[in-house]
Amino acid sequence: MATIIGGITTSHVPAIGRAIARQLQDDPYWKPFFSGFTPVRQWLAEVKPDIAVVFYNDHGLNFFLDKMPTFAVGAAAEYRNADEGWGIPQVPPFAGATELSWHLIESLVAQDFDLTTCQEMTVDHAFTLPLALLWPDQKWPVQVVPVCINTVLFPLPSAARCLALGQAVGRAVKSWQRDARVVVLGTGGLSHQLEGERAGHINKPFDIAFMDSLAKDPAWATRYSINDLVREAGTQGIELLNWVAARGALTGQVRELHRNYHIPISNTAAGLMLFENRD
Amino acid sequence: MPDSSSLRQVKDDIYGTPLFDGRAAARGYALNKMCFSFNEAANRAAFKADEDAYCERFGLDAAQRDAIRNRSVLELIAAGGNAYYLAKFAGIFGLDMQDIGAQQTGLTKEQFKARLVAAGRT
Repeated sequence: MATIIGGITTSHVPAIGRAIARQLQDDPYWKPFFSGFTPVRQWLAEVKPDIAVVFYNDHGLNFFLDKMPTFAVGAAAEYRNADEGWGIPQVPPFAGATELSWHLIESLVAQDFDLTTCQEMTVDHAFTLPLALLWPDQKWPVQVVPVCINTVLFPLPSAARCLALGQAVGRAVKSWQRDARVVVLGTGGLSHQLEGERAGHINKPFDIAFMDSLAKDPAWATRYSINDLVREAGTQGIELLNWVAARGALTGQVRELHRNYHIPISNTAAGLMLFENRD
Repeated sequence: MPDSSSLRQVKDDIYGTPLFDGRAAARGYALNKMCFSFNEAANRAAFKADEDAYCERFGLDAAQRDAIRNRSVLELIAAGGNAYYLAKFAGIFGLDMQDIGAQQTGLTKEQFKARLVAAGRT
């Protein structure tokens, strides 16, 4: 029986990739961000997951606006990073957990989620940087399943729908008859806004309230409409939907083990949380 | 039964916060498609070599071409540009998100960065 051993949620700003490429981890600007990952790496070294299921949003690498699935699940044997326009060095490819991908797809469609399946899929910074933060040597010890949520082209799926998607993923993993240890990731956020006269919007009280809610009250964010989440967290802060989905996948006894919160990284309030999940 | 307008998600009622909805996506399709092409280094080089010819190839309209020429983020957004795609355009000139933010808010880059730092102290 597969088990979900825990979840990790983190921001995913492209500038992190530039900082890694330039080895700025100990630079005064970056240190408060990078140092937050040390306890998470220690936890990963102890619990040794085999597979990472990653909730994230694509920013115009794999998906253009010609076809925009609300929920897409990867089912590829390998996932590659590619140039997103800034020429940042790319990370090594990731091995796909294809058997789990298809199990998830079967199970999610049976639970009435209408998915897009992707047998070829590039993965952008929202996927690659969190993994590079967790495993800095970039020798990936996990196979992966990408789950991409549209946070780019409105209308977006509601927080309630993303939570339900995560819960369905959690049930699906638990029903997989394999001896696998799965960690769930949710990437993006927290509050930030790139465009408009309100560019630079950051909302620390909202971010803190959101992080405080996750362990005990994962449905907290569902009280907000998408419009209200944008008002509070900003047009890109809405990426917190990936956190809501990842938290939803933790269906057992959930305990917060670690968090970090730092303003700013680029234009973003950077958040990091680690949850243990015991069935 | 709510009327159809109350079922719409996009309300455009948040100050200085354009939401990238179907209307914007349709308006900006050619512009965003051009910016999507900047994922490839060869296309970035082709744009730099002849901007007008490159815009022509993607069928940008006059307002979009002016906005590109002016390097104006607010004009690009008004012409349907999406922030994630415009970031690829900005990257060609080595502009980062603080440059973009400063331009849209009428601040200097240092002022914009100071505002971000201040948001962490509240």
